[in-house]
Amino acid sequence: MANVAAARGARAAGMSFRVTMSLIGGVGVLLLMLPTLIVLVTSFTSGYSLKFPPPGFSLRWYEALVFDSPEIIDALTLSLKLAALATAIATVLAVGAAVALARRRSLAARVLDSFFMAPLTVPSLALGLGILVLFNLESAGLSFYSLLAGHIALCAPYILYTTSASYAQLDPALLDSSLCLGASPMRTFRRVVLPALWPGIASGAFIAFMNSFDNVALSLFLSDARSEVLPIRLWHIIEDSLDVRAAAASGVLILVTLVSMLIMERVAGLSRQFR
Amino acid sequence: MSSVVRTRVRGSRRIAGDWLLTLPLSVFFLAFVAVPLALLAAISLHNDAAMTHAGLHQYARFFSDSYNRGILWSTLGLGVWTTASCIVLGYPVAWLYVSSSAHWRRPLLLCILLPLLTSSVVRTFAWVVILGNEGLVNQVLAALGLIGSPVKLLYTPAAVVLSLAQIELPLMVLPLATALSAIDPRLSEASHALGASPWRTWWRVTLPLSVPGLLSGTLLVFTGAVSAFVVQTLVGGGQLMYMPFYIYQQAIQSQDYPFAAAIAMILLVSILVMVTLLNYGGRKTKGFIHG
Repeated sequence: MANVAAARGARAAGMSFRVTMSLIGGVGVLLLMLPTLIVLVTSFTSGYSLKFPPPGFSLRWYEALVFDSPEIIDALTLSLKLAALATAIATVLAVGAAVALARRRSLAARVLDSFFMAPLTVPSLALGLGILVLFNLESAGLSFYSLLAGHIALCAPYILYTTSASYAQLDPALLDSSLCLGASPMRTFRRVVLPALWPGIASGAFIAFMNSFDNVALSLFLSDARSEVLPIRLWHIIEDSLDVRAAAASGVLILVTLVSMLIMERVAGLSRQFR
Repeated sequence: MSSVVRTRVRGSRRIAGDWLLTLPLSVFFLAFVAVPLALLAAISLHNDAAMTHAGLHQYARFFSDSYNRGILWSTLGLGVWTTASCIVLGYPVAWLYVSSSAHWRRPLLLCILLPLLTSSVVRTFAWVVILGNEGLVNQVLAALGLIGSPVKLLYTPAAVVLSLAQIELPLMVLPLATALSAIDPRLSEASHALGASPWRTWWRVTLPLSVPGLLSGTLLVFTGAVSAFVVQTLVGGGQLMYMPFYIYQQAIQSQDYPFAAAIAMILLVSILVMVTLLNYGGRKTKGFIHG
């Protein structure tokens, strides 16, 4: 009799644990998705304000974005160019370093690794100010290249991290067999190492690209007066006027992010990088 | 023949690590990360904007003014509150991920990743839309008859914490999910078999074993929250001042580089102190778990 009561109590406790965790977890997942959905819905409004729910639906703000917002399109072009170049250069630099540092346990290797990871901890505003001072000191002035330098430093840690993780999973026996079978070290690198690292490199490059494309703090200090990147343009719009075109631009960014994330998931198994 | 094989095998070690391959990135980081940060430290140690007199004047200036100290405290407070909210929400989300079937894990993980990869300006903008005078929250409250006129939600510290918690949440969930799925399920089964309730098992077995994930999540969220320039300026508005915008204002609007550099160094050092404390805590708990 007492046993039955105890078992019932235990089951109730088990239920209360599951229900509580599922409820809070459900709220958490909803909270993760909801804001993005709300922006997406708002961007199709037919009204003049960011009222939610919108009074009606139309594509007018998307039309306004495409046909009479040359400043937003210019900012988008600059941001794409910057993120693509920064990611490409950072990938070359970081993959080399990842391959060299892989499987090394020495103090020097660990110090170098933390050094390369520093841009993840250092606030990018501080790094941006430092690089600005450096360029002023060299009286080089600000240009596309100061912006690029900052963004490469921002991108490198992500690629280094995911590439190192892929390298750690590579079976060293594969390298030895390739070499024993007569392949040159260079050929082994191209035919064995690179294909095995590719998902890590691609995922890291994708995350780095998204971060560069999104960065405000570095660009704020490092872009010259003429060039304005997209996130800063949007930041100004949201801060000053709350123009609904910002919602349309956000809608485009959300859809592009979603589609490219799904493509990267299929091609390179993006989500495996986070497990 | 065997000597050929041996030299080739020795070659394999050279592929696995040619120090020269780290050189390009090292040179780049030296020039554009180490030197800039050293310059920043050097400039902050000058008393005047012309940078002719060295001294600690900028730091004395910062800490002697209660307005400045208030900015530092509210920025650190932002980090603490955001981290706490992310822990409370993050554990259940991570638990949901770990205890769901293999079929559900991937879509759930993509739900966690999508906000992480979406532009932070867009995600911040979402909160401006939700918390605005005509936003979702005010509309719902008005529809329920709870309020007559819109309540001011935007530009309050609570709004900044709420938005930051949502934006930083994936960075807490991911390490927690990794830590939870690395725990041997037989430990909870053993705890259950010995008569512990699920709650007791959670507090006494699962939670202590997930501390390494908790520490790395805390590090990521805290660092992200205190330096989140976009959220702080857009959701916080002009009246709420935090360290990142203060750096920007002093450098660009007032052209006071030494003071801006000092503020940046103070923010950087606060973050490094937090990192050191967490690493220390990490070593402690590792000893606790294995011992």
